[in-house]
Amino acid sequence: MDEARIVRRGLGPRLWLAGGWLLLVLLAAIFAPLVAPQDPLAQDLMLERLPPFWLDGAEPGYWLGTDSLGRDLLSRLIFGGRIAFIVAFAAAIAACLVGSTLGLIAGYFGGWADRIISRIVDIWMAFPPVLFAILLVAVLGTGLSSVILAIAIIDWTRFCRVIRAEAMGQARMDYVENARIAGYGRIGIMLREVLPNVLPSIVALLSLEMGIAVIVEAILSFVNLSISTDDPTWGGIIAEGRLSIHQAWWVLVFPLVTLILTVLSFSQFGEALKTRFDPVLR
Amino acid sequence: MSACLDITNLSAVLANGQRVLRSVSLSLQPGEVRALVGESGAGKTMIGKAVLGVLPSSVRIVEGNMSLEGEDLGRLQPRARRTLIGARTALIPQDPLTALNPSRRIGPQMTDRLVRILGWNGDKADKRVRQLLDEVQIRDPDRVLKSYPHELSGGMRQRVLIAAAFAAEPRLIVADEPTTALDVTVQKQILRLIADLQREHGTAILFVTHDLGVVAKISQKVSVLYAGKVVEEADTARLFEAPLHPYTRALMAATPRYTDPFASLKPVDETVLAGLAAEIAAADQTWRHLHG
Ligand SMILES: Nc1ncnc2c1ncn2[C@@H]1O[C@H](COP(=O)(O)OP(=O)(O)O)[C@@H](O)[C@H]1O
Ligand SMILES: [Mg+2]
Repeated sequence: MDEARIVRRGLGPRLWLAGGWLLLVLLAAIFAPLVAPQDPLAQDLMLERLPPFWLDGAEPGYWLGTDSLGRDLLSRLIFGGRIAFIVAFAAAIAACLVGSTLGLIAGYFGGWADRIISRIVDIWMAFPPVLFAILLVAVLGTGLSSVILAIAIIDWTRFCRVIRAEAMGQARMDYVENARIAGYGRIGIMLREVLPNVLPSIVALLSLEMGIAVIVEAILSFVNLSISTDDPTWGGIIAEGRLSIHQAWWVLVFPLVTLILTVLSFSQFGEALKTRFDPVLR
Repeated sequence: MSACLDITNLSAVLANGQRVLRSVSLSLQPGEVRALVGESGAGKTMIGKAVLGVLPSSVRIVEGNMSLEGEDLGRLQPRARRTLIGARTALIPQDPLTALNPSRRIGPQMTDRLVRILGWNGDKADKRVRQLLDEVQIRDPDRVLKSYPHELSGGMRQRVLIAAAFAAEPRLIVADEPTTALDVTVQKQILRLIADLQREHGTAILFVTHDLGVVAKISQKVSVLYAGKVVEEADTARLFEAPLHPYTRALMAATPRYTDPFASLKPVDETVLAGLAAEIAAADQTWRHLHG
């Protein structure tokens, strides 16, 4: 009891900080046209490489400075957040649905279902993920939906492995046997008895996966394999920033910090949610 | 009147061919409490699981029949068998923690089952559950029904499971060492509760235990199991007065008495074990002869 309380107090700030940051980025992304101070695509060579607001030579309205084409960095980050979040949610949810379902089936039913699914996972995991992603996008073509598809296709195994192991542990528990004795069908037991017990892990993985999807999308943008180069993406901005690191460090540093904070927040938020969701840990 | 549970010549093997049940026969009359004793690994739990239709996939039944109230389980389609077992039997398990779903509150766990098995509506099931919680002397049903399993003590959890087992009025309950995982002080109360509810409801109980003290308190008849074979079956009183099988006698000598708790426990005698081994070997020989 005491231990649970300590855990909860320890998790409080983590949940709020991570959740707060994610909410901020999410709201900014949703209302990007309203909150972005400038047009993210507007070039103005008179305004190129303006420094952030606290340095000499900054212009009002360009808080985080501009890039080498004179585009407002903050506005580009805000609009880049749109793509990052669309990819994060869509790819992570798709990977989660496929991976958790297969993992639940493999872990709960065992036997040949488990053998087949586990074999597929082994084969899948033999590919290095980033190369796999680049290959997939090269095949599927660049564009938002193929980036989402590529991430889901690669990362469902992460869900599958963890949920399989958890479901397997749960399937051995006496309460599952008790439900069998009472006459519940297998699928009913899987959904009603086992699923609630693996749900906290699914939630944590889902949040973690959103962070991973943000990174993968950034990597794909960085190597110019994501969506059209016109729309600002965090990875794309980082790639541009790298080229002008000596003239305008901020074009590299701000998107990197945004990316890292977002990814960390997703994983921390997931962990915190997991303990909130879990009746035993709560 | 047909027996409540009738097991005849039940044999089961593991994947490697090793026999875990050796032509077990066992018959319970309605309302009878039958103790199933034997040391750990004798196959007591296996018999219970066989009756309830939840044998592990690594264990295969190779011969024998089981019937519940005259219905031959082997003749039924799997779905009909599940329904029958669900309606007529229940389990009081050994470990009250893992037998409850950790992520669901006690209330829905208990009522769901009544709704499912008896087709009752939620209100009626809720009333029944409260009545049973009262019978197992839970005085604050509201709190218990709202709790998650880990929020209750081991004794409370076992009370909940006893209430759940009796709630749907099964004809047969398998109680698999229901007090082993509990504190000694709680064990007695739980045993008394099971005995009281059994008398009240007239439910037959197959009471699995390795404790002869418990046998004496609760059962009318005893089956003594060794290495998956029933070596002796007798009325409880008769068994304690005049155990026939050497193994039963050895088991009794190995049980501590309240009158002399510090007397060292005698291990089962070597000659008894040798005799048992020969008996098992002979039985297996006959079995192999009959089944190729
Ligand atoms: N899941 C299982 N798969 C294979 N063998 C098992 C399994 N569970 C138990 N056994 C074996 O079956 C025998 C009987 O076990 P069990 O019925 O649990 O004994 P008891 O309940 O009398 O202590 C033991 O030899 C045990 O090793
Ligand atoms: Mg056992």
